[in-house]
Amino acid sequence: MGYTLIEKIIKKNANLDHVVPGQIVTVNVDRVMIHDIFIPFVADKFEEMGFTKLWDPEKVVLIYDHLVPTSAVEDVRHFQIGDAFVEKYGLTNVHRRDGICHQLMTEAGYAKPGNIVFGTDSHTTTYGCVGCFSSGIGYTEMASILGTGEMWVRVPETIKVIINGTLPANVSAKDVILRLIGDLRADGATYKALEITGSTVDAMSVASRMTISNMAIEAGAKCCLFRPDEKTCEYSEVALSDVDWLYGDEDASYERVMTYQAEDLVPVCACPSQVDNIKAVSEIAGEKIDQVFIGSCTNGRLEDLAVAAKILDGKKVACKCIITPASRKIYMQAIEAGYMEIFAKAGCIITQPGCGLCCGRAGGILTDGEKVVATNNRNFLGRMGTSKVGIYLASPATAATSALTATISIPEDLQ
Amino acid sequence: MEKFTGKVWILGDDIDTDIIIPTEYLALPTVEDMKQYGFSPLRPELASLINEGDIIVAGKNFGCGSSREQAPEIIKALKVKCVIAKSYARIFFRNSINNGLLLIENSEIQDVIKEGDLLTVNMGESLEFDGKSYEITSLPDNLMDIINAGGLVKAMQKRNGLI
Amino acid sequence: MGMTIGEKIIARAAGVDFVKPNDIHTVTLDRMMSNDGTTHLTVDMYHNKLKNPQIADNKKVVFIMDHNVPAENPKTAEAHKKMRNFAKENDIVLYEGQGICHQIMMEDFVCPGELIFGADSHTTTYGALGAFGTGVGCTDFLYAMTTGTSWVMVPETIRFNLHGQLPEGVYARDLILTIIGDIGANGANYKIMEFAGDGAHNLSIDDRIVLCNLTVEAGAKAGIVEPDEKVVEYCKAHGREAVHMFKSDDDATFAKVYEYDLSKIKPVVVRPDFVDNFATLEEVKPEKIKIDQAFVGSCNNGRLEDLRIAANVVKGRKVHPNVRFIVAPASQAVYIEALKEGIIMDLMEAGAMVMNTNCSVCWGSCQGVIGQNENLISTGTRNFKGRAGHPTSKHYLANAATCAASAILGYIGGPEDLQ
Repeated sequence: MGYTLIEKIIKKNANLDHVVPGQIVTVNVDRVMIHDIFIPFVADKFEEMGFTKLWDPEKVVLIYDHLVPTSAVEDVRHFQIGDAFVEKYGLTNVHRRDGICHQLMTEAGYAKPGNIVFGTDSHTTTYGCVGCFSSGIGYTEMASILGTGEMWVRVPETIKVIINGTLPANVSAKDVILRLIGDLRADGATYKALEITGSTVDAMSVASRMTISNMAIEAGAKCCLFRPDEKTCEYSEVALSDVDWLYGDEDASYERVMTYQAEDLVPVCACPSQVDNIKAVSEIAGEKIDQVFIGSCTNGRLEDLAVAAKILDGKKVACKCIITPASRKIYMQAIEAGYMEIFAKAGCIITQPGCGLCCGRAGGILTDGEKVVATNNRNFLGRMGTSKVGIYLASPATAATSALTATISIPEDLQ
Repeated sequence: MEKFTGKVWILGDDIDTDIIIPTEYLALPTVEDMKQYGFSPLRPELASLINEGDIIVAGKNFGCGSSREQAPEIIKALKVKCVIAKSYARIFFRNSINNGLLLIENSEIQDVIKEGDLLTVNMGESLEFDGKSYEITSLPDNLMDIINAGGLVKAMQKRNGLI
Repeated sequence: MGMTIGEKIIARAAGVDFVKPNDIHTVTLDRMMSNDGTTHLTVDMYHNKLKNPQIADNKKVVFIMDHNVPAENPKTAEAHKKMRNFAKENDIVLYEGQGICHQIMMEDFVCPGELIFGADSHTTTYGALGAFGTGVGCTDFLYAMTTGTSWVMVPETIRFNLHGQLPEGVYARDLILTIIGDIGANGANYKIMEFAGDGAHNLSIDDRIVLCNLTVEAGAKAGIVEPDEKVVEYCKAHGREAVHMFKSDDDATFAKVYEYDLSKIKPVVVRPDFVDNFATLEEVKPEKIKIDQAFVGSCNNGRLEDLRIAANVVKGRKVHPNVRFIVAPASQAVYIEALKEGIIMDLMEAGAMVMNTNCSVCWGSCQGVIGQNENLISTGTRNFKGRAGHPTSKHYLANAATCAASAILGYIGGPEDLQ
């Protein structure tokens, strides 16, 4: 009998002949990621547990992104504790100002195809875009991995999602994952793995797949995996022969198979205040908005900025439009491509790469009665300000188009 | 088996981590500093009303969203005895176990109970309310090991010979 | 008897031929600027304290959001909403996140000879174009906005005759910090600081902005550089005409006259916690003062020249791993020029954090807030205790080159200390 992609990764990692969903397996962790919000707690628990050294400093990545730049006096405490931890335990993989953790983990090659990676952030599912089993955990578990290099996991059931065909020109990966979350509901994939296949995703860039893996957690998924291909290998700098075992077998046992035809998909929004409250943009078009946000680990990549730049080129935004690239590298690429100049001339507010507005700590917080179209991943009550803020999650194309009129608008065909 | 009774607070489906504790307060130094803001986006008054031994009854997908471990810690700091929900989000579930916050899965009690009612829990067996009994299951062994050790920190301390 | 530049501007605004110090005059204002630091308070007073209020001339009023942009919490978002709605209801021009108020005023509004009120102390900046700009509180601003007029007491003028050129590696910022060090933080209290002489005319408009901007740190009501051909060109380049080019009469009366030889000025590092706590970079260097954050930006030093200086220092180098080097261009126009010149790229490449255009670290409440026991070196306007963050933090003021070099070194030093 065959295995799903996640089963193969766990099986190989734990050196087992066979695994089945529901089985508890102890895996050897290939890499962990800790960010600035949680490093004080991880450091505390690590020492409370009685550990005196890291299992492997090279496998630990510390990234400052939620509090960069600082917006409150207490924020710096996180850096001070983090820096002391780096010093004491000999961490070398430290990023203090380079961008959002999830972008950096794949961009800097910390999470590779076939790896098992855990991070102190729910959107750690992102690295599934390169066929890496990655998932979010809390700081207590992180502390125990730092000491032991091990983690217990329950082999998850797999939901297979097949998407075939060519997406309409104004539909992007973001619309795909929003639709999927709408169909699965916010808890539809809880404890489960998603495996996404089909000609539509084969044709997607790694960046687009990242958008999908990133948001899989919003359906509760433990991870969301794509089969690595040439594009993955180029991106992750690995040989195709090293990753050719990473696919779900034809005869693997899937809990459920969902099939989509790309041509049927339309631009959508997740409406306030649940990620699974999905409506077609056409249904809510014309709704007045106060702000647009283009950025985050979901949609702050070069291709996202490219779409926005194409829409905003030579025009002026009609409401506040905040652009936050996901990483320093992307920011620099966007300068080279001329996007930053387009954004500045259009009157956008371009911020330092980081979590910014998406984590609700700074970067464009809203207040009662205001509405925002945002490309990030969560529209929970109070996520970007008060509980009376309406957050509409959408693609970069929908967001940029909406900024031009300060109303929710259907993106035009971009090709 | 342990048995306890507590006053019930009712919450709905998809109670996310940002409702349990908004990001704004995550950089406060301690969970004790944060706990007053628990559930504030949804019910700003709730944290001040909860008393020791109370029980939260919620719908599906409780704790969805972020990996912030302050979410179960705050519920614990508010001295909530246990949470009863139709289902839990994965990371929240793990974090609760690791911190010794008791989670119970049940999908029936929500239909009959209302806020302020008294509910009795027979650990690993049943919920009792209004003369009727509702079945609950106990956790898998590996999780019970962590709980029995007193949480993951204690389990690791044992491993490292500290206790 | 002759008049000084400031006196002539007030006389014009008062519609009289002659004014002298300590006279009180009713003046018609040419323009009024308010930013998001206080506009919401003015709006509250407008609605709550006045009966049937009206804006005298909405075309003279400019609203600029620059202090907490983009908003970092619901409170500032609420203040912004109030400001945005008021601007909309009264058809007042509103800039949101397009630059620091004083930089925008320079780029888009200020003309020589004008009398301008700004609800911000650094409104003295506008003297760089030969205008009289001065900071006022909300109540004064509200009166001005609703009547179009205000009263002013004519201040005395202190004259600074500047001679020669600044040496290479020494900037207008060092000059004004030296002057403030000499005369003290209240040395020009309620007076006008007027700059003239060949040395003043040698300075670029950007340099003059630096001078006038900081005059308030010596207590001045206004700082004015004698306008010249460079002012005419600047106005022209920004689509405006320079009409009232006032100069002080030969027989004007000055409260005091200072002479400064620019060639003698040295790079300055102002120590905490006051702007007149003067030291030279050379004096400070041996202490190897460790820094946690460096900042290049603000209405004082966030223009193209400053960013260029910083970029030249860090180009091909890496910011010290334990230093947060924050750069905030003063306006979108500055940012766009810096993009085109490759300055932003050089800064990013070196590891600087380039912010959206706003007050940033200098305002100390929205981004780059510093923590307990941290040291900051910055091109900001003020180093008052706790202004940039935690009350235990220490804030040093220096020029852009010193700030950039210190960001690389990890301690306070100059570009000459880099390998």
